[in-house]
Amino acid sequence: MASTLLSLASATPSASLSFHEINKGKLNRGCMNKEKTNPFIKAKSFGRVSMVVASNVSRFEGITMAPPDPILGVSEAFKADNHELKLNLGVGAYRTEELQPYVLDVVKKADKLLLEKGENREYLPIEGLAAFNKVTAELLFGVDNPVIRQQRVATVQGLSGTGSLRLAAALIERYFPGAKVLISSPTWGNHKNIFNDARVPWSEYRYYDPKTVGLDFEGMIADIKAAPEGSFILLHGCAHNPTGIDPTPEEWRVIADVIQEKNHIPFFDIAYQGFASGSLDTDAASVRMFVARGMEVIAAQSYSKNLGLYAERIGAINVVCSSPEAAARVKSQLKRIARPMYSNPPVHGARIVANIVGDSALFKEWNAEMEMMAGRIKNVRHKLFDSLSSKDKSGKDWSFVLKQIGMFSFTGLNKAQCDNMTNKWHVYMTKDGRISLAGLSLAKCEYLADAIIDSYHDVS
Amino acid sequence: MEDEPHRCFSFLPTFLPLHILIYTPNPVLPEHNRTKSAAVFFHILTMIISRFLRRGISTSTSPTRRRSWWDHVTPALKDLINAVTDAFLADPCPYKINLGVGAYRDDEGKPVVLQWVREAEGKIGATNFLESTSTAISSKLVEESAKLIYREDLDVIKERRFAGIPALSGTGACRIFAEFQKRFYPDSTIYFPDPTWSNHRNIWGDAHVPGRTFHYYHPDSKGLNFVALMDDVKNAPDGSFFLLHPCAHNPTGVDPTDEQWREISSLFKVKNHFPFFDVAYQGFASGDVERDAQAIRIFLEDGHSIGCAQSFAKNLGLYGHRVGCLSILCNDKIQAVAIKSQLKQISNAMYSSPTIHGISLVSKILSNPDIKALWLKEVKVMATRIQRMRATLREALERLRSPLNWQHITNQAGMFCFSGLTRAEVDQLAKEFHIYMTHDGRISMASVTTKNVDYVARAIHEVTASNRDIKILHNIGAYKVNTDICSTSLGTNKTRARGMNLAL
Repeated sequence: MASTLLSLASATPSASLSFHEINKGKLNRGCMNKEKTNPFIKAKSFGRVSMVVASNVSRFEGITMAPPDPILGVSEAFKADNHELKLNLGVGAYRTEELQPYVLDVVKKADKLLLEKGENREYLPIEGLAAFNKVTAELLFGVDNPVIRQQRVATVQGLSGTGSLRLAAALIERYFPGAKVLISSPTWGNHKNIFNDARVPWSEYRYYDPKTVGLDFEGMIADIKAAPEGSFILLHGCAHNPTGIDPTPEEWRVIADVIQEKNHIPFFDIAYQGFASGSLDTDAASVRMFVARGMEVIAAQSYSKNLGLYAERIGAINVVCSSPEAAARVKSQLKRIARPMYSNPPVHGARIVANIVGDSALFKEWNAEMEMMAGRIKNVRHKLFDSLSSKDKSGKDWSFVLKQIGMFSFTGLNKAQCDNMTNKWHVYMTKDGRISLAGLSLAKCEYLADAIIDSYHDVS
Repeated sequence: MEDEPHRCFSFLPTFLPLHILIYTPNPVLPEHNRTKSAAVFFHILTMIISRFLRRGISTSTSPTRRRSWWDHVTPALKDLINAVTDAFLADPCPYKINLGVGAYRDDEGKPVVLQWVREAEGKIGATNFLESTSTAISSKLVEESAKLIYREDLDVIKERRFAGIPALSGTGACRIFAEFQKRFYPDSTIYFPDPTWSNHRNIWGDAHVPGRTFHYYHPDSKGLNFVALMDDVKNAPDGSFFLLHPCAHNPTGVDPTDEQWREISSLFKVKNHFPFFDVAYQGFASGDVERDAQAIRIFLEDGHSIGCAQSFAKNLGLYGHRVGCLSILCNDKIQAVAIKSQLKQISNAMYSSPTIHGISLVSKILSNPDIKALWLKEVKVMATRIQRMRATLREALERLRSPLNWQHITNQAGMFCFSGLTRAEVDQLAKEFHIYMTHDGRISMASVTTKNVDYVARAIHEVTASNRDIKILHNIGAYKVNTDICSTSLGTNKTRARGMNLAL
């Protein structure tokens, strides 16, 4: 493979210089090393003629390794661990009491139906499966919501939550250049990557209060008020990731007031509808309240967790507009953004969701299974709380475990303490102190309580 | 909606004039005249009142008047290819034909679910609904995809010196590469063949990589403009990025010969250009997946480190599942790992990963010799049918004694035929004959069947006949026409269609 060509470059000696220019360019993602010249062309200028030595060196010689994803990296480390008591509390993926992945019965049924129908696999339209778009909007806003009847919602099927967020981010970049997105501190790690890659500037609003292991409501309101008018405020509809801390209904009302007052746009990320409380409607209450006020709202949905369809990448982006005409225009632009990203979305997950939500028997079954999953997590929270309270004699208030909601709990452990959790106790979690209760069984609560107490008190 | 409150008034302006008509002036009974005058007066008064009411009610909080965040969002231009399908779908004519989208149809004109897909899906079942970190299956897909396009026995494959990730079909693979190119060569551009698939520009455009073109299609010969192509490659700045279609060029169907590919590859070597191949039709050009990869194999022999976007939408029949693969050849394994990590990071911020369903299907079929053999047979069947339709369409046009040269129909390869029809002729085909294709005259041969090929030939001959005033309508035998069904849509061209004796 290593053949070397010696050739006289054409009369463009500046061509080789341009690569040095390129090398001086953007570096903030660990790309080319400044000192390295482009190895693909080693050129020396002799007046107007350059000798160009072209070797089979790759053009991407200087590319460095991207940092490992903090969340997925946890699972990888866990897999590599051979300790018998190891516990994976990293990824927010639901596990049964036996700590096995769970395929919902309704999904198995729906999948079987699809196989039997043997439908073709033709391209979906750019906006996705119409039947899916209809049911997903109804699920989020309520079947009888005026915004749906008035056709004021632009709904486009997306690649789960991530893909839907990315579509919205691209829309913001295109139509609100310079507008900022405010994200909670902390928030899901991928939010920043999505907005960075979409070239949308972002800043943070205070959210988590480490002192109370609860919501820093005043800080949150102050930061939202201080943001330039017309900012996008990213809100977690329910079951905040990573903290598990949600505003109360009263706090939501104040948040809505402030957003309206400052002329911001609320941008909801709803990844856990049904998973937080066990009820699809309850978990959509925050979004519905904003919409009921007549506000224009963006909402990204994911069916990864509540239907266990992680790997089928099914979700949607919804933009509630003040008129059906605006909704049509917005939808057309979302399609315009999606086409050069992936042309049209995958069909399989959409069909499964449409079948389940569209069939009353399957829908009932789904509700029951979701209550079961959410119920298991609530039980685990109680058991963990009991174990912590009984084992820990220091009088520390562990009630935040009960107050937090959804799959995750922010333990309040710092990085060193998290390292201790992993190194000493073989408990894998993300370094921000987040544990995924979906990965915890009742049987392991006592062990986890020991680990947390030890890390909290004996490590600083 | 805002008209509801005063719907009760809206009947009046239409109702009253009837009173006026009924009560004509009657000299004998003057009281009737008074009635008529009163009616007119009342009519005018009602119109004035209802206008005020309408204005008064609708200035309240009706949603359409409220200011929207999205007022400045204009309607997007419709995607060119999808717009053809939309127009086709809206056409009520029962013998309409869609030659727009490049999706394979059987001889009945129906979409095909390949047999191998059914077999493989049965095996997969519901066991794949796990979280999206199904790294093992993804790696398998990448490995098998690379073997398919690069050849198993190459060192670069055996030594795993390539970075690859599953992608959302060809579009997704191109987009990830475009973003990667932008990230590491921020000032670079991309050279597209002229013409190219319409979405290429948008893909690199949205990644903020400016696009340029190089000569490709020769409108006179309806073949390759090789001399101009080589000139453009030579004149491009050293180290430029080029997008190449290795086989079954979309939209022209015009491919370089092996010899021409060798010359292109040599020049690329001299100029140190980066070749990026968009492989959407491996198997569709010749019916043989190995043969169709020849261009890439030639480049590899010359030692290029290339990049490749593979789509499995057409050749594996997985259109709606969105499965493809992006691969970049590297120097060594370490670099491969680094590049893969960057590609993953880019895709994680876009959609995280493609679906496990699609990935499982592809890795299953490519790694299972029996299913793969079945697939290769099916690809051959599809490609052969298209080749037959090419020959049949050309023969039909020649039989009609068309004054034009239709050799290019059989010279071109793959799914598409660049017919050479003008925009006006394409529009005429749609309006008068209910045959739909993209504006550039690209015909999806995959949608031509034994049943419709004669009609298509006839229609093309009609619109391209040199003297448009003298229409020679040939009787093509036993087919019956039923123009009543389509009389509304045919409009003024009823006579032409009637004379055509169309197959239904």
